[in-house]
Parts: sequence; structure tokens; C-alpha cells
Amino acid sequence: MNNLNPKIFDKDVEQVPIRKGFGEGLLIAGEKNENVVGLCADLTESTQMHLFKQKFPNRFVQVGVAEQNLATVASGMTAMGKIPFISSYAMFSPGRNWEQIRTTICYNNANVKIAGSHAGVSVGPDGGSHQALEDISITRVIPRMTVISPCDAIEARKATLAAAEMVGPVYIRLAREKTPIITTEETPFEIGLGQIFYDSDERGSTSKIEGSNPSKRAGIIATGALVYQAIIAAKELEKEGISVKVLNLATIKPLDEAAILLLAKETRAIVTVEEHQINGGMGSAVAESLAKHFPVPVEFIGAKDKFGQSGTPAELIEHYGMGIDSIKKAVKDVLARKK
Amino acid sequence: MSLTDKEIQHLEEKANDIRLSIIEMLIEAGSGHTAGPLGMADIFTALYFQILNHDPKKPDWPERDRLVLSNGHICPVLYSTMAHSGYFPVEELKTLRKFGSRLQGHPHRDFLPYLENSSGPLGSGLSQATGMALADRIDRGDSNDRYIYCLMSDGELDAGNSWEGAMLAGKEKLRNLIAIVDRNNIQIDGFTEDIMPLENLRARWEAWNWHVLEIDGHNFNEIVDAVGEAKAVFEKPTVIIAHTIPGKGVKEFERDYRWHGKAPNKEEAKMALNELRTLGGKIKSELE
Repeated sequence: MNNLNPKIFDKDVEQVPIRKGFGEGLLIAGEKNENVVGLCADLTESTQMHLFKQKFPNRFVQVGVAEQNLATVASGMTAMGKIPFISSYAMFSPGRNWEQIRTTICYNNANVKIAGSHAGVSVGPDGGSHQALEDISITRVIPRMTVISPCDAIEARKATLAAAEMVGPVYIRLAREKTPIITTEETPFEIGLGQIFYDSDERGSTSKIEGSNPSKRAGIIATGALVYQAIIAAKELEKEGISVKVLNLATIKPLDEAAILLLAKETRAIVTVEEHQINGGMGSAVAESLAKHFPVPVEFIGAKDKFGQSGTPAELIEHYGMGIDSIKKAVKDVLARKK
Repeated sequence: MSLTDKEIQHLEEKANDIRLSIIEMLIEAGSGHTAGPLGMADIFTALYFQILNHDPKKPDWPERDRLVLSNGHICPVLYSTMAHSGYFPVEELKTLRKFGSRLQGHPHRDFLPYLENSSGPLGSGLSQATGMALADRIDRGDSNDRYIYCLMSDGELDAGNSWEGAMLAGKEKLRNLIAIVDRNNIQIDGFTEDIMPLENLRARWEAWNWHVLEIDGHNFNEIVDAVGEAKAVFEKPTVIIAHTIPGKGVKEFERDYRWHGKAPNKEEAKMALNELRTLGGKIKSELE
């Protein structure tokens, strides 16, 4: 927690789109390794790949509005030693080109990195057709795929660099809207490791609760842009005498089962938070693990088998039950179920 | 660069051996595709025994040409040709489609690492080959003399992904990419022009900035000459539309789309093997 942004609770906390971290990370990855190439399907600036394109025009491929080609051409490039990053909106890649990703990237064991931007309802006014709420499910189900969902732009930059350095297919989930900066340069990042980003007990403010009343203790596991809302919810719950630990699960696959299990054992009540369908998403992955190793009550924050629609990001997060109040309610609900 | 009569005879004999192995594999496997592999046997023979820059004893030789098989279901001809050119023992062909075999029902590099790609789902191979050609040009520029060959079917040209690859390769003027389309006019459900018309096929490729050649896919001189011409075209990729006879070599199977997706039974295989062993009745079978 010491490594997090000290201004995280300030009203004027700096806000940056998560996708921007991808653009910066890709540029650095390109500088570090000349085998890194970028491919885009007519969304170069939206996905922030323009930074890479400007610096390395000869290592950039514009495929046009053709996401199936985006995935398959990248697969071919890996056969000649390249490390391709492909970017589009998550709805189209890995949405439209799922079979090509499954066969030509994962089945072929091709070292392709897939950046899916504009994930979640926070895409806003573009509406439900462009709000990917299924991408975690469809990527984590494919063998060999690593799935990362960074919580802010800084983590997205680190995730992009880490993806470039590991061998194997990676999906990086990005969001369009500006998101508060939670982490700092010093916050460690490692693919596959979850981290506690908020701990009421450690802050000392709930020491009176801790230990004396375990029925008032819960764990939140959050990923992506909603990690911020989860932290705010945890802080507000503290005032109500509820002690909460928030685990930032940036990597959804491979799943950090040790961190999840530890949190479940400490709190015996879990709430998962993601801007994604509840069906098959990060919460499902957590529940699969807990059901096997340490069953505890779980409440799920996410889209409830519904498509998105137009609106402001704040309106939509609220409408689909993924806001701070919904998270707080879910914590109380899970505590009520706790044995 | 015409082939000598002796070279042609050598290739014909190889192709016949490859076809015999295809039938033997399919009868062992009990399932698989018959027409496509037989129809493409001459082109695979020409590639592996005449055209490709490769070394079966060093399958991972970095300088090798790359051969991408897009329509993975014709893999019996790929496996048979690879075995006959020395990548692995011919005897292993009988493990086709069996549990634990390196010769999966559709090609998978996890099992047989000598393959350049794993395939099966149609329409993706041309894009993979395009990616290889693009990557090679980034590294070596336009004077590069390594070639990426993509073998594909006509039926898979129904798939949008195929044309997405064609568009990009045409836009990028990939002279190091040579596509060979098996124009055998059949697909699983029937004749291509009934299922989903592809004509005017030449005009379609030309529209995407490809150099187009049409050949008799059973004429070794035409196959070798077409590849030679493709290499001489410097401003665009080349597609060779190879007119082939599905089931070629076994009269009973030829031009019949019902042989696209099934393997012969024991009686049919016996008839086919006899026809191939006698070179269509030209010589006496040693088994009779």
C-alpha cells in the first residue's frame, strides 16, 4: 500500500485513460526489442498505437477494418521471430476474431499480444455494440492464453512491457475513459501476481474492529478500471465499522490462487468486482478456485447478463450495478451470508 | 527452365508413390479426405522434390522456404510427401488420425514440429503466410530470395478472412509470397459454382493487385515454370490458380465431390491401390 498513489483519495486525483499506458508501454517495448511490431485495424490513435507507428513506421502494419486478418497476419509474423502487438476495440479483437485467436495464435502457440481497448460499459455514448463485456470469458477459456486487466495507465504500461518480455499469447484488456491513477512507478508488477491495494486493518483505522469482530471483515477482489471504486467503497465501509481488504487481480489468467486463498481464509467472505459479464468473467474464475479449495460466500459485481447502452460512463456504471454503492451493498450482503 | 524427360519421369514416380501412401493411410485411418490429397499430389511432389529450398534432415534450418498449408484437411498429401522426401519414416504414415500420433487429423505443430503452421479451420492460411512474408521483408528487404508458399483450396475462398489476407498482401506488394489455389471445383456440399460461385476467380485476385497465373496442376513443367515466373515478378504477390482433378489418379474418385470428405472402404481402397500400382493399367501390378 505504501507504493500506491498518495493522492488516491483526493478529489483532484490525476485521471488518465488506461489505454494510454498501453501506447506508452508499446513504444518502450519497441525501443527495447527490434522484433516488436505493431498491427492495427483502423483504430491506431484510439488504441494509442500511433505512438509506436510514428517512431517505427517500418514495423507498423495497417490491416484496415479486418480483425480476422489482424490476428492471423500477426500469427504468421511470429513464425519469423516477430513479437506482434495487435490492437483494436475489445469487441472486435478478441470479439470478432475469436476463432482466429484460438487457432492461429493459441493453438499455433504464436507469441502474439492482443490489446483490446474500449472494454466495459465505460465506453459510454457509443453504446452497447461497442462495449465489450464478454472478452475476459472468451479469452481466459483458451488454453495458453494469459489474461491481464490493468487497473490504471501506469499498470497498463508495466503490463505491456511484461507481455513483450514473456513468451506466449497475452490478452491485455484496456478501457477508454479516464481512470484515476492508483499505482506509482514503484508499485511492483508481475504477471500472475495479485496485490493487496487496500487493507483497513493495516491502516489502523479499524483496529478496533479487527480481531474483535471477524463477522465484520470481508475481502474484495477487483480488476481493471473498477479497482478504484472498490478501494473507495472499502474506505467508506470502514466508517461503518466494516473491515475490508481489496485485492487487485490484474492477471486473471494464470490465476493467483495463493493470494485469493489467503484473502478467503482471512476474511471468509468475498466480493468480486469487474466491468464485465458476471457469467464467465474474473469472478467466475475466482469462484472456480474457491469452490475447489476453500468455499466461502461470494457476491459478484458485474453486468448481469445484460448488454450496455449509451450514456455517460458514470451513469452506466451506476445503472448496471457496478458503482461504489453497489459494491458496498454487496459487501454487506456477503457478510450477512457469512457463517 | 523446362524439366528434362528424366526429371519429369522421376517426379511422376514420386507422385504415384505419394498417392499410394495416401490411400494406404486413409484405409488405416478409416476417415479423412480423399479427393483433395490425390488432386494435389503432383503439386506437392513438385514443391518438395523440385521447387522448395529445404532440407528434410534439418527441418528447422532457418534459411528454408516456408510452406503454409491453409486447408489443413488435405494433410494426407502433406504427410505423405514429407515422409517420402525424408522428414520421417514412410511407415509412420499408418498412424494418421490415431491417438498419440504425430499425424493429427488436421496438422498440428505441437505434434509434428516440422510443420510451419497448425491448420484446419479454413480461410486463415493466406493471412499467416502474408504475415511471414511481411516479417521477412521487414528483416531482409525486397531483394530477399526466400519465398513463402501458401497452399489453399478454392472452397476456402468463400471465407472473408482469405480475401482480407489477399487484400493486405496486394497492398503491401509482397513479391516473396506465392499462393497456390487448388482449383478443383468441389467442396463438401457440392460444386463450388453451385455452393458459392467464385468466378471470375482470376479477376478477383487481379483486383487485389495480385499477379495471376493459371496452370494445369498435373503438368510438372507448368507447375515449375509458374513458380519460376512468380519469382520473376517483382512488384506484387503471385497466385497460381492450379486447375486440378479432385481424386486424380483413381478414375472412380475423379471429379466426384462425394469423395471430398470421406475415406475409401477396403474394397474401394483395393481398387484404388491396384489402379495406382499399375499406373492406370499401363504396367502389371506386382501383387497380381
